[in-house]
Amino acid sequence: MRTALNRIGLTFAILVIVSPAVLFFLWMLSLSIKFEIDNASYPPVFIPTRFNWGNYAAVLESKRFVTYLFNTLIVTGSATLFALLVGVPAGYGIARMRARKAAVVILMARITPGLSYLIPLFLLFQWLGLLGTLWPQIIIHLVVTVPIVIWIMIGYFETTPMELEESAVIDGATRWQVFRHVALPIARPGIAVAFILSVIFSWNNFVFGIVLAGRETRTLPVAVYNMISFDQLSWGPLAAAALIVTLPVLLLTVFAQRQIVAGLTAGAVK
Amino acid sequence: MSELTAVRPTAVEVETAKAQWRPISYWPFVIPAMIVVVAVIIFPWAYTIWMSLHEWKVGSQPAFVGFANYLRLPSDARFVESVWHTLVYTALSVALPLILGTLAAVIFNTKFPLRGFFRGLFILPMMATPVAIALVWTMMFHPQLGILNYLLSLVGLPPSLWVFHPATAIPSLVLVETWQWTPLVMLIVLGGLSAIPSEPYESAQIDGATPWQTFRYISLPMIMPFLFIAAMIRMIDAVKSFDIIFAITQGGPGSASETINLYLYSVAFVYYDVGYASAIVVVFFALIVALAGALLHLRQRTHWNESGGSA
Repeated sequence: MRTALNRIGLTFAILVIVSPAVLFFLWMLSLSIKFEIDNASYPPVFIPTRFNWGNYAAVLESKRFVTYLFNTLIVTGSATLFALLVGVPAGYGIARMRARKAAVVILMARITPGLSYLIPLFLLFQWLGLLGTLWPQIIIHLVVTVPIVIWIMIGYFETTPMELEESAVIDGATRWQVFRHVALPIARPGIAVAFILSVIFSWNNFVFGIVLAGRETRTLPVAVYNMISFDQLSWGPLAAAALIVTLPVLLLTVFAQRQIVAGLTAGAVK
Repeated sequence: MSELTAVRPTAVEVETAKAQWRPISYWPFVIPAMIVVVAVIIFPWAYTIWMSLHEWKVGSQPAFVGFANYLRLPSDARFVESVWHTLVYTALSVALPLILGTLAAVIFNTKFPLRGFFRGLFILPMMATPVAIALVWTMMFHPQLGILNYLLSLVGLPPSLWVFHPATAIPSLVLVETWQWTPLVMLIVLGGLSAIPSEPYESAQIDGATPWQTFRYISLPMIMPFLFIAAMIRMIDAVKSFDIIFAITQGGPGSASETINLYLYSVAFVYYDVGYASAIVVVFFALIVALAGALLHLRQRTHWNESGGSA
């Protein structure tokens, strides 16, 4: 009897704690598939009886959407790949040198507000004549991606055993060969974690884009924000656009949950 | 890792290998990243300090003015107000997620079917694109058509103006921030809870302790370090919060929800007063470091009290 009561209590508690997240995204979905008349009705229409898929069509078919999607893919893709290229070896080097003090710079970068990078780099990009291209955004996204990758890889390489690497050195391998053929293959799960988090945080970034992006160089979060000023009251297309922008991240979160949790808590607990 | 090193067999070959294992030889791995970090992180820091000592609007020549930009700050009413807004916003955005996140962690620490799936749903808010969710929250805050006022009416409460009234703007934004970041606190605290061995709980159960006593006297002391880390991370993120505030209220109505970060944005990219903006950045960074220091101090003091109490 008592255990049955406990079980009911636990089920109830679980439902209560996950409902703010679940109901929010369901409401977002509901807003995005309703006609304006249903979105503007009171009391609200929770589960629509007629669907306006036109909200999605309007977003996906607009010519600029493709441009903005490509911009986001280029900025996030380049910033993440470049961060892995320099960050994975750096994490390895720092871990093997036991130079934890080098990580202080990464911590300080974590504390510094994003806007503080934006002012000097904005002036630099202006001076270099890069504004109006995607370069400023790719470069400034490194402020986000490089520290994440280095931080996660330091933590990961510190936990991988060194015995294999030592025996490879005894066999006459160069340091680079040891890294390339021994350390790197073992570190694959860690690289996956770094890759996923880097992609998500770069994809979600908004503050760099509102300053550095022009009409043709907007990323999706900036583009969706700019939709508000056009027509404040058409909620359907706006909610559809918002859902399209964040859907890749939500799917990644559901399917790569283990890596995300491992990466975030590793970064937090160390 | 250090324990592992201690118990490793000390064969002669390994010792020879270790001799060649000079730390210095790892520099080539680090140098490319160092160049990037210097270019996009350390250069901006240094340049910001230099700019903060100059009177400089975008498009004009910088003129050295010493500490004049810093001296302007205390008499800038809008800046002083933004500091207060930031402190209130931060205090609430640390406290609420900490309480709710700990509660959620206690629940997630029990075993139940589909736990991983529910945890995945639970962490969605913190991974979702902030601007996208901010747009939906703005719709939910709508005084006439928003779903939040409808929900209030269901339980018999009067409607609120939420982010559209100066008095409720910051609390409403904190609601969004709490919704978004409680999951991170939950994950950190869950990490702490799952590391606690089961023996203390078993003996507490035998002694007939209530769930609250079990939590208060077994779990809470053990997860204290994790709560501290969560508070620290939450503080750093809440102080810097930008996307949510910018997308929902832009610091308004009036300047009711203008935090330092929002004011900084206006000074730098609306008025293009980069010299003054740089001084704000430096003071802002100092404030974050000071708050982190205060948290560290608080932690050491409570730690001292704990050991004093048990002695």
